[in-house]
Amino acid sequence: MKKLFSILLFVTLFAAAWTSKAAAQDPQPPSDDDVNRVARQLFCPVCENTPLDVCPTEACRQWRALIREKLAAGWSDEQIKQYFVEQYGARVLSEPPRQGWYWAFYLIPVVLLLLGVYILYRAFTSMRQPLSESAQVEAAPESPAAVETQGQQDYLRRVEEELKKRN
Amino acid sequence: MFADFGFGVLVITFLLSLYGISAALIGHFKKKQAWVESARLSMLLTFPLLTLGALTLIYLLVTNDFTVKFVYDVISFDMPLYLKITALWGGQSGSLLFWSWLMAAFATAVTLRKWDRDREFLPWVVIVSCVTIAFFLGLNIFFENPFAHFWVSVSGEIFPATFQPANARLVTLDEIGNGTGLNPLLRHPGMIIHPPMLYLGFVAFVIPFAFALAALVTGRTDDRWIRLTRRWTLIAWLFLSLGLVLGGRWAYDVLGWGGYWGWDPVEIAAFMPWLTGTAFLHSVMIQEKRGMLKHWNMILIILTYALVIFGTFLTRSGVLSSVHAFAQSAIGPSFFIFIGVTFVISVALLIYRWAELKSEGQMQSMFSREALFLLNNLLFMGILVVCFWGVISPLISELLTNQKVTVGPPYYERAAGPLFGALLLLMGIAPLSAWGHTTLKNLAAQSNLQLEKRYALAIARLLWKPAVPALLVLIGLFASGIRDIYALIGLTLAALTTSITAYEFWRAARARSRAQQENFFVALWRLAGRNRRRYGGYTIHLGVVLMALGIIGIEMFQTQTQKSMAVGENIQISGYTLRYDSLAQFPSEDGRQVTRAVLSVFDKNGALLGELHPRYDVYPSGEPMTIPGVRSTLADDLYVVLVNWEGVSEQTTPFKIYHNPLVNWLWLGAFVFIFGTLIAAWPDEERETIPAQARSTQAAFQPGD
Repeated sequence: MKKLFSILLFVTLFAAAWTSKAAAQDPQPPSDDDVNRVARQLFCPVCENTPLDVCPTEACRQWRALIREKLAAGWSDEQIKQYFVEQYGARVLSEPPRQGWYWAFYLIPVVLLLLGVYILYRAFTSMRQPLSESAQVEAAPESPAAVETQGQQDYLRRVEEELKKRN
Repeated sequence: MFADFGFGVLVITFLLSLYGISAALIGHFKKKQAWVESARLSMLLTFPLLTLGALTLIYLLVTNDFTVKFVYDVISFDMPLYLKITALWGGQSGSLLFWSWLMAAFATAVTLRKWDRDREFLPWVVIVSCVTIAFFLGLNIFFENPFAHFWVSVSGEIFPATFQPANARLVTLDEIGNGTGLNPLLRHPGMIIHPPMLYLGFVAFVIPFAFALAALVTGRTDDRWIRLTRRWTLIAWLFLSLGLVLGGRWAYDVLGWGGYWGWDPVEIAAFMPWLTGTAFLHSVMIQEKRGMLKHWNMILIILTYALVIFGTFLTRSGVLSSVHAFAQSAIGPSFFIFIGVTFVISVALLIYRWAELKSEGQMQSMFSREALFLLNNLLFMGILVVCFWGVISPLISELLTNQKVTVGPPYYERAAGPLFGALLLLMGIAPLSAWGHTTLKNLAAQSNLQLEKRYALAIARLLWKPAVPALLVLIGLFASGIRDIYALIGLTLAALTTSITAYEFWRAARARSRAQQENFFVALWRLAGRNRRRYGGYTIHLGVVLMALGIIGIEMFQTQTQKSMAVGENIQISGYTLRYDSLAQFPSEDGRQVTRAVLSVFDKNGALLGELHPRYDVYPSGEPMTIPGVRSTLADDLYVVLVNWEGVSEQTTPFKIYHNPLVNWLWLGAFVFIFGTLIAAWPDEERETIPAQARSTQAAFQPGD
């Protein structure tokens, strides 16, 4: 009796689990919006740079039908994406996967940006050095000719400034 | 035989530009003014000649001369006249000719200016312009001749060639029949205006580059080249901006994906020279006012030129296949070599003159105008790096690993988004820099804190009043239930920038109206007239803020849904209800088969707002074209696409519906933007009176300089 009871319990529990799982798996067929949600993240190898959800070609229509099938079978978005990657390679994803060599793709622009920040910082500091210092060093060996060109340059600069005002 | 005439004109112009280059070189090195003048005149002739060439091709297009291969490829009998004319730039070889033609227009315009003060620049401006024209004409002559005929061989095979092959005869019109006609995506009024604007923007940037190189070669390293090209640069920039905006609008109208910008490599190709060009427009002001950043401005204009050619290369060579890559051919290598050679020569010249381009000024503080402009440049360069890397990394990946990767919108949005946000903020505080450090110093004079802190304090004092409306906006947004942190930041920044800029206009105009006893609006008008560049610039900034509003709206708040409906069914989206009323199929006058749906739009309370008519047309060639039905208001767009590729039948019709909030502000902002650029670029009346005096003072330095 006790044994029979435990068998019954086991069977009912199993059946309950089975039915609830089935119910969770297939509540209703996936909507167009569900399909598009996945399709938006994929690019077919033929129609480059056109996301799958707006691509009008026949091949892409079939891909969307495949997504619908997989969704109906209870696959998650990630599983479906993985499936397409295995079939067609990483290029079906909207950006390179974050693994292996592909990390270089993400790191290089960051490195370049940091380099830019560094250059800018250097520019700031160097440009904040008073000009007079460097000017004095250069102006030290003054020959008469240099004085003359210096004077001429100053005059030229004043002329330019005058013109700037009028411009 | 019009086609042969056209080809002859191209060859003559090509030879003429080569002559111009040689004459300018001789004139420069032998110091013979007559040679330089001869070079100038040959450049002057390029535009009239190429006009003749382009008109010949247009004549062939309009008269449906299908014995010419290019005409056959882009035209069919049923196309309207305006499309037959615009088909000039609807295919590879024609658009290269169009490029040269526009380039020649600018080159010729440059030759007509007064050269009195800048004789030494002339030969080099001629050389750079003529090299560019000769390169593009060379592509036309040697690879992509728009005037190539169809011939019939003895065996009856029809094939294209420039010259008559042995044993072949010219094809007759009857043998050819009707042409293929233009790609349906290009059969749109946008075709009239978008490509010309983009190309004008591209070619116009060649002029400042030519002057920059002239300055480098001649060693005239002052800011004269920048002053001379200021207006050219602004015009180039205006055209390029217009080209980009119009392209976005066109995509929104015909591509049916509910957006205006898809981060497609070809869009980015046009965007990259815009980025460097914009950075250049800003940083030249620092050189003009303070004599700083001379190297940097050279680098920027060299980059802009390289990116202009690179952009044309991407669009024209088919190196990246994308939705824009209608035209593919084997001209890639020549482009690549040309970009490489011109870039290396320009950089070599810059290094050669490096020491002479020394900075005259010095940085006052981290909050000075120079610092803000440098930061602005850093951000533009950052976005450029993001874009450039996104475009070339699939190519690199393919080269190195034989595996292509896709770099799609998520990458660009994540990487460039924060940089755009920072630019928005910087644009907001830009007016502060106009006061210069002295005003700030006075404001901060009382405290004896460290210099940086004093500036920070002074800026805070200037900022608090306009910051109040921005804060109110933030509170309002939060209260209305918006919790997306990026949207909150973006919209608050937009509000801050608007209020600071408006405050700046108001302050200055009020001060003037008090001092001059003028009406406030008169004062505002005269103020803008007196410093067009500054107030034009602020107006452009306001335009950009409006555009940012539209972009934030569509990027962050777009919703979409798709559903297959039978007649009478409803679909809901963002408070709207759309009812599918009917579907009709009918032929149009020009032979298209039109399928058109009617949907009624109701608001939350069930009031009828109007009807939408999404449709798709099938061209005689069998190519379909989807045209969305759009209901546009200042608050939002309702954008309905008939998803014909999923199969349309009487019983069930699939519709895709997008709700795009605020997107109209993007287009409105563009108008403000254009207005601002026109204010900044408008010619001054008094300008012509200066040269008399200028010449007399300048003459003394002419010979040795």
